[in-house]
Amino acid sequence: MMSFISYLLNGLSLGSVYAIIALGYTMVYGIAKMLNFAHGDILMVGGYAAFIALNSLGLPVPVSVLVSMVVCTLLGITIEKVAYKPLRKANSLSVLITAIGVSYLLQNLAQLIFTANPKSFSSFVGIEPIKLAGGQLTVSGETVVTIFTCVIIVAGLVTFINKTKAGQAMLAVSEDKGAATLMGVDVNGTISLTFAIGSALAAIGGILLCSAYPTLTPTTGAMPGIKAFVAAVLGGIGSIPGAFIGGIILGVLENLAKAYISSKLSDAIVFSVLIIVLLVKPTGILGKKIMEKV
Amino acid sequence: MSIMLDVKDLNVYYGVIHALKGISFHVNKGEIVTLIGANGAGKTTTLQTITGLIPARSGSVMYNGREIIHTPGHQLVANGLAHVPEGRRVFATLSVYQNLMLGAYTRKDKDGIEATLRTVYEHFPRLLERKNQMAGTLSGGEQQMLAMGRALMSNPEMVVLDEPSMGLSPIYVNEIFNIIEKIHDSGVTVLLVEQNANKALSIADRAYVLETGNITIEGAAQDLANDPKVKAAYLSE
Repeated sequence: MMSFISYLLNGLSLGSVYAIIALGYTMVYGIAKMLNFAHGDILMVGGYAAFIALNSLGLPVPVSVLVSMVVCTLLGITIEKVAYKPLRKANSLSVLITAIGVSYLLQNLAQLIFTANPKSFSSFVGIEPIKLAGGQLTVSGETVVTIFTCVIIVAGLVTFINKTKAGQAMLAVSEDKGAATLMGVDVNGTISLTFAIGSALAAIGGILLCSAYPTLTPTTGAMPGIKAFVAAVLGGIGSIPGAFIGGIILGVLENLAKAYISSKLSDAIVFSVLIIVLLVKPTGILGKKIMEKV
Repeated sequence: MSIMLDVKDLNVYYGVIHALKGISFHVNKGEIVTLIGANGAGKTTTLQTITGLIPARSGSVMYNGREIIHTPGHQLVANGLAHVPEGRRVFATLSVYQNLMLGAYTRKDKDGIEATLRTVYEHFPRLLERKNQMAGTLSGGEQQMLAMGRALMSNPEMVVLDEPSMGLSPIYVNEIFNIIEKIHDSGVTVLLVEQNANKALSIADRAYVLETGNITIEGAAQDLANDPKVKAAYLSE
């Protein structure tokens, strides 16, 4: 029983990381209607930025987190301006291929700068493990902080979208860019803001991921990026609560599959679940019915 | 009477198709002016070019004495020029209230927004009844009311309306035209594009007839309503 709870908590923690990354995927998709496959690599850059800030520059943890978020925000906005904005009217396949190109560009740049040798990432979480149930259950500080951070981010984003003008503008752009323009919403500015928020979240996701799994390489973001994409699709791409639910389900499933079925098969199991869910409900768990324009 | 909107020699292309062939017209402050014409004549293109959704190849659009032909679309509404688009284009997944508040997106005066909201609810009591309902669940007529109310939320000096009666039942058509007159009476200048030429000419001060990218007839709405050519082409019941 204790081991089950322990696996579950680890799953929740991993799922929270997926959810934080998936939020960026889902927001960018919802507003710019594109899949930013470089999102996972922004996470990796965030990891390196945090690593340098903390280990090489000796900055305090909160400042290092901030540095990483700023670096990723600027990177995200730049990528959007340089690579995606010129393709705003191009077909979605061109944009998708460009995004994959950006992904490889970031990975290879990181390899050039930091080499392929893994950096050992020192945890950003300074909390001692918590012992529960008379010492039978140990919960790491990283687990607690990750789950907590994720919940705060989701609650914050939902509030931001529903209660602020900028959030409402995002919803308007997501539904109809032309009509949003008529309301006075700067569509390009709103898309930039979305990339900024998504990228800043990727930085947090990267730091939390590397704190729990402390090896940092230029491909660190690749697999979590794909998993987060799966989480976003599973939950219903474009939906913020969907990204959260999808991430959590994916993380828990992956950890339980590793523990009880096979650690080698866990990814296969996770992706099979995706396929089954999409067969039954193609728009994902919370996905909106796609309305055809007449 | 001062000229509020002055369009001169406007040329618009879709690829190689010359959609607007150097049209010129103007709207005086306080008028209702209507553009009538058949499908594909360029009525919607004209409005979308004015409000910056489509780029013009050449020509001039002066609004309150300022050239706006290169002004980005999203900056026009803050200058008092609101556009109710063809097909209503309400935000279907947002509530009626959220739609209306997006109409006031560029405004910062909280009290003013509240006051305008009350006025809009007076014009459209149905919107007040349904303020928490998703816009996508409204009927076509109600969506048209919402699109108009949303435009009014910006407290505009001038509204351009694109086919407000399209696809509506006769009862709603009458209601929509009554409301256009009310909006006009409250001091808003109106540029109206309509296929329902009878109705449009009955409330307009002046009118222009658009035929395949050219303005072919212009004059007082009354005169156009009695013009045999207009009658034959556009007013057949």
